[in-house]
Amino acid sequence: MIWLTWRQFRAQAIVAAAALAVIAIALAVTGAHLAHLYDISGIAACQAHSDCGTLTNSFMNQVKASPTYKALYDGGVAILYAVPAIIGVFWGAPLVTREIEAGTFRLAWNQSVTRTRWLVVKLGLIGLAAMATAGLLSLMIGWWASPVDHALALPQGRNGTSGINRFAPLLFSARGITPLGYAAFAFALGVTIGVLIRRTVPAMAVTLAAFIGVLITISLWIRPHLITPLHAISALNAANIEGVTSGTGSGSPMTVTAAVHLPGAAWVLSNQSITASGHVFTGPATNACTTGSIQQCNAHIGSLHLRQLVTYQPAVRYWAFQWYETAIFLALALALAGFCVWWIRRRRLS
Amino acid sequence: MTTVLQSRGLGKRYRQRWALTDCTLSVPAGHVVGLVGPNGAGKTTLLNLATGLLAPTTGTIEVLGGVPASSPAQLARVGFVAQDTPTYAGLSVADHLRLGAHMNPGWDAALARERIGRLDLDPAQRAGKLSGGQRAQLALTLAIAKRPRLLILDEPIASLDPLARREFLQSLMEFTAGGQVNVIMSSHLVADLERVGDYLIVLVDSRVRVAGEVEDLLATHHLLTGPRRDPATWPADWRVISASHTDRQTTLLVRTCSPIDDPAWVVEQIGLEDLVLAYMSHTPDPASNGAPALEVQR
Repeated sequence: MIWLTWRQFRAQAIVAAAALAVIAIALAVTGAHLAHLYDISGIAACQAHSDCGTLTNSFMNQVKASPTYKALYDGGVAILYAVPAIIGVFWGAPLVTREIEAGTFRLAWNQSVTRTRWLVVKLGLIGLAAMATAGLLSLMIGWWASPVDHALALPQGRNGTSGINRFAPLLFSARGITPLGYAAFAFALGVTIGVLIRRTVPAMAVTLAAFIGVLITISLWIRPHLITPLHAISALNAANIEGVTSGTGSGSPMTVTAAVHLPGAAWVLSNQSITASGHVFTGPATNACTTGSIQQCNAHIGSLHLRQLVTYQPAVRYWAFQWYETAIFLALALALAGFCVWWIRRRRLS
Repeated sequence: MTTVLQSRGLGKRYRQRWALTDCTLSVPAGHVVGLVGPNGAGKTTLLNLATGLLAPTTGTIEVLGGVPASSPAQLARVGFVAQDTPTYAGLSVADHLRLGAHMNPGWDAALARERIGRLDLDPAQRAGKLSGGQRAQLALTLAIAKRPRLLILDEPIASLDPLARREFLQSLMEFTAGGQVNVIMSSHLVADLERVGDYLIVLVDSRVRVAGEVEDLLATHHLLTGPRRDPATWPADWRVISASHTDRQTTLLVRTCSPIDDPAWVVEQIGLEDLVLAYMSHTPDPASNGAPALEVQR
């Protein structure tokens, strides 16, 4: 059974290995110089004299100036999102459907191997290959991007650059061990949908849509609550106001946000200003802010004695979140695989 | 082992439609069994139930004393060539033999190699590039080389040209001549089954109409021609399979174990094909002596 699994998977394995090799070469060739830029930037030692913002800014400007670095950084994120989806669509969905469409399951299931074993071996071996592929990619891309990720994880200060840290939703799914969980899940999802729909092309389309749907659901609505977020409350004064939005007329709604100062790469869930009584500040805007200068407006806001309420997940929880998320997707993958085995035993497909 | 296939009240329903109903069969060991019936009669359903590809909706089925596909040992005992003889289009002939060797503990590599050599199949050729006849031979080789005690073939030759059909049947007969192997083969062509089979099951409209050894069937069925008479005067142990009438004459196909003594009847032996056709073209009548009005289709 292992032989048949390998023989049928061989072409896909070769494509995956070739793609991994090409990506590895591209990253290896450019990664050394990027690391060198980081080393000479002095960012590594900046926390001692806490002027990281300026150093980070100049380093990031160097990185952004190179189209190659920009393409590889953004491309790396895109690849780590795309690879689990590709695995689900091209390895998962056709695994059983192509046997049904060609009628070859009748050949396979009449050898001296039970269909349970047939499916378990296929799910196990190709599932491991999916996890290995995504894991290797995450390792390589994570290594390459580590100078940028490190720089963006530092306290930025007022001159800091705006960038997305590795804990923020967009990057969280493209770093660390989560791609491994996504790959296993997407593969099992594809097989499951294939078993249920039984036709390759519709199964591929549904797999893609379902995977995107699950990923969005988890990252927007479930991940923020895996561990109860922390709150940081600090005084909001004229000096740390970062943004003011208000209507045009006196009395219109107004919101105020202050710069966030949290250690390391924290994940900020919300950043609000609250009044002395504890309610979210929503205005009203006064003439100082609708017609006055920025200084007048800031002075006015300073006199309101607002406080800043930041809801966040601290940077130290990053790996706990990585493990939780990966465990959730691996558990989902196992559940789907178990369902497929049960379904094929019970329904016998034809 | 006295029976290769035993079923009791076996039925299979697909959504609203029954593909097989109330099938009670006991096929003794040591036969090449022909399963015959019109397209859509339920032949494939019965064979898929026997291989465990399908699970029964009602009733039970045992093959060689075991539940189909219930264990690797049960799977090893049954060889199956499915309808349209599926093979992996992207895998070569040699790959298929490797597949057989890896997935069957009782694999007879020498037999497989020898057959492929004799059939003049190029081991490096992909199965997708083989002709229909070659593909059927490859599928038969896979099923035979696992050394099964029962070989099940589902219309293996339906789509083959006459030459390929003859070669396939030749291969099958060489194999069965070795003895010790039971075969169940379905077809809608009686002539094919007549060449290789010695036991017949006729399946019509998802029901078993008749089953038995070919010799017995031929010995107990008689084609009678005689003057038109009231059916009530026919002997009670006659089972009338078909009847056709002209103004003065009656032609009957009768199944009976007793000899036909009445000199008014002209008795003819019936060929297997005509016998099967008579069963296929007449719906069963609850009254055993009823005389269906349909003509025997020729």
